[in-house]
Amino acid sequence: MPIEILMPALSPTMEEGNLSKWLKNEGDKVVAGDVIAEIETDKATMEVEAVDEGTLAKIVVPAGTEGVKVNAVIAVLAVDGEDVDKAGEGIGEEPPKAETAAPAPAAAKSEASAPVAAAPRTEIAADPDIPAGTEMVSTTVREALRDAMAEEMRRDGDVFVMGEEVAEYQGAYKITQGLLQEFGPRRVVDTPITEHGFAGVGVGAAMAGLKPIVEFMTFNFAMQAIDQIINSAAKTLYMSGGQMGAPIVFRGPNGAAARVAAQHSQCYAAWYSHIPGLKVVMPYTAADAKGLLKAAIRDPNPVIFLENEILYGHSFDVPKLDDFVLPIGKARIHKTGKDVTIVSFGIGMTYAIKAEAELRGMGIDAEIIDLRTIRPLDLDTVIASVKKTNRLIVVEEGYPQSSVGDHIANQVSQRAFDFLDAPVITIAGKDVPMPYAANLEKLALPNVGEVIEAVKAVTYR
Amino acid sequence: MATAARKAPAKSKSDGKMGLSAPKPAEFTKDEELAAYRHMLLIRRFEEKAGQLYGMGFIGGFCHLYIGQEAVVTGMKMALIQGDQMITAYRDHGHMLAMELSPRGVMAELTGRRGGLSRGKGGSMHMFSKEKHFYGGHGIVGAQVSLGTGLAFANRYRDNNNVSLTYFGDGAANQGQVYESFNMASLWKLPVIYIIENNRYAMGTSVSRSSAETDFSHRGASFKIPGLQVDGMDVRAVKAAGDLATEWCRAGNGPLILEMQTYRYRGHSMSDPAKYRSKEEVQKMRSEHDPIEQVKARLIEKKWATEDELKTVDKEVRDIVADAAEFAQNDAEPDPSELWTDIVL
Repeated sequence: MPIEILMPALSPTMEEGNLSKWLKNEGDKVVAGDVIAEIETDKATMEVEAVDEGTLAKIVVPAGTEGVKVNAVIAVLAVDGEDVDKAGEGIGEEPPKAETAAPAPAAAKSEASAPVAAAPRTEIAADPDIPAGTEMVSTTVREALRDAMAEEMRRDGDVFVMGEEVAEYQGAYKITQGLLQEFGPRRVVDTPITEHGFAGVGVGAAMAGLKPIVEFMTFNFAMQAIDQIINSAAKTLYMSGGQMGAPIVFRGPNGAAARVAAQHSQCYAAWYSHIPGLKVVMPYTAADAKGLLKAAIRDPNPVIFLENEILYGHSFDVPKLDDFVLPIGKARIHKTGKDVTIVSFGIGMTYAIKAEAELRGMGIDAEIIDLRTIRPLDLDTVIASVKKTNRLIVVEEGYPQSSVGDHIANQVSQRAFDFLDAPVITIAGKDVPMPYAANLEKLALPNVGEVIEAVKAVTYR
Repeated sequence: MATAARKAPAKSKSDGKMGLSAPKPAEFTKDEELAAYRHMLLIRRFEEKAGQLYGMGFIGGFCHLYIGQEAVVTGMKMALIQGDQMITAYRDHGHMLAMELSPRGVMAELTGRRGGLSRGKGGSMHMFSKEKHFYGGHGIVGAQVSLGTGLAFANRYRDNNNVSLTYFGDGAANQGQVYESFNMASLWKLPVIYIIENNRYAMGTSVSRSSAETDFSHRGASFKIPGLQVDGMDVRAVKAAGDLATEWCRAGNGPLILEMQTYRYRGHSMSDPAKYRSKEEVQKMRSEHDPIEQVKARLIEKKWATEDELKTVDKEVRDIVADAAEFAQNDAEPDPSELWTDIVL
């Protein structure tokens, strides 16, 4: 069989081109790799190489022809032993050859315009029951995080922690205190100051089957590493067709601390929540910090675990249980109420809780929901609450545009519009880089008064 | 050559090679020459076919061909033991074939079909096989260097004697995370071979226009990582360097850099007309240094194979590639439900 040489597509977008020049003549011998012609694409002049060996039997499209469709027959090659004179017979005489040679993947066009089925839903289990009589121990968030890592490292030899100052210094914020002493330098690894590099090393180790906990001294520095977090950790499972993912936890303090100004004060909850393939956890209480960090370490996916420096020293009751693990993706109703729903997460909860106490004095019974996980987001819990209270406020410290609250407001308006008796109000940090001056910093963050005013507005008080 | 690393103790020289010198090309047996010929030819024919399918519209997006560089992955593969890992960037088809991933699976991934190695969801630049210890296939220049260092970290953590072969190009060699990784690999004595495939052009920018230090074997000097320059067009030289480097890593000496001096015949990707270099330059490499022709000439000269026998090999390779192409063109596209799978476990 003679081989038809087709007009090639030589860029991702090319549909036709000009055949500017033939570099071989009819009757010439051709081997694979020989340049046989030049064509002009929409971008450049490109060479066409032969893929097969044989004799150029017939040039179908002469040099100088413009607008040659991709996949039109431009020449015919006679292979070994074929009659060169006969090889080209009948080819090129019927002009619409180009259309019949169209490649297969046309299905995409018909599918693209139809509505796409939504993602299948996954059920997430409720929190485990805490047996009656379980001792509750007052614990700081710092201790809870440390205990979670230590317990998981005892349980699984593939779990290790790496980061700046995690070992000998005992953690820049003392979250890894004592881990080096218990687990040794093989599993508690001090890295150089090299976020991009060690994030990638962590992801590579996770791809090889280890379960790294990568500590960023703060998430502000993780911006150096965000390519590895998103392009390597989050996307590989999908790009490999499910063969290979990255079971890794990236954790560290996130958001504004105090008086450290713009480069060290911002919340990344909304940033990472944008990315399919990541889970994003942002606990408020010590119990949630412990139960969710243990879950994050066991999770086979990359988990962004956003802590807060100011909360590290806060104490909460933590149940004294051998293995206290909480479900990622489940919100917690911090306080039930009937008049308004206040949704928050992380340090945002401090504003919500203080506001609720004052509102109670005004006779307003607010329900507070702590999201705990930002992705996957437990919208069902939020919507069930809105259906009861008919009013919604979202509080967070991050920037206002494309915030977590914006997304929740959008979803609630789509799924529970008829239940709303007032617009959803989102309270966020101000739309400015964090200032240094004490008074300006205070102004840039949300405050309790704003929450109270918002509740008054939606309850028409 | 396997003992060269030990023979050359820390006689640190100022040339950045730390007392190491490039070994002589390996002496190949007849079987090794024939195997190298077949493996390189498979890559060459596969890539030519991929180029053709791209031209026909079966392969979309970016498609970076490995034609000209075949000796690098082929020679290095010959130095590996079971469990050694390989990772590279997006010019990855040759690496996958060298790691014995199925030609059908690779080609069907190029055409975005359900039988592709990533079920059609990765494409030319993103393929993986945990089973074959191939860790991608990465689209971001330089990212695979930190990841490959992480693979070596896992080897060291498990104390398993395996080595991570981390490939990158002369272009990636200027990325910051490469040096962050060098530092950690040397500090922690990780078993990683950094294989810099210097094909002389970072897309359209020649090494002399992009690199202050064009001897890439010196790039580890600040981190006490020795490096060697290797004739990457001679599969025997690559094999010898691979033996030395794997031995070096397995002995616990930490990382090593191999600068493979190679050349790509095609443009950076299918849509690159490669106007930044002369036709004569390309022609000279093809006619004087072609890795496959070198092996062929030796096989004929030593009377280890006749032209006809080599034609038979050629035919067998063509049949494998034709079968892969046939499969890749006719396999179904992924089921639409695949849109939502493999996002999280």
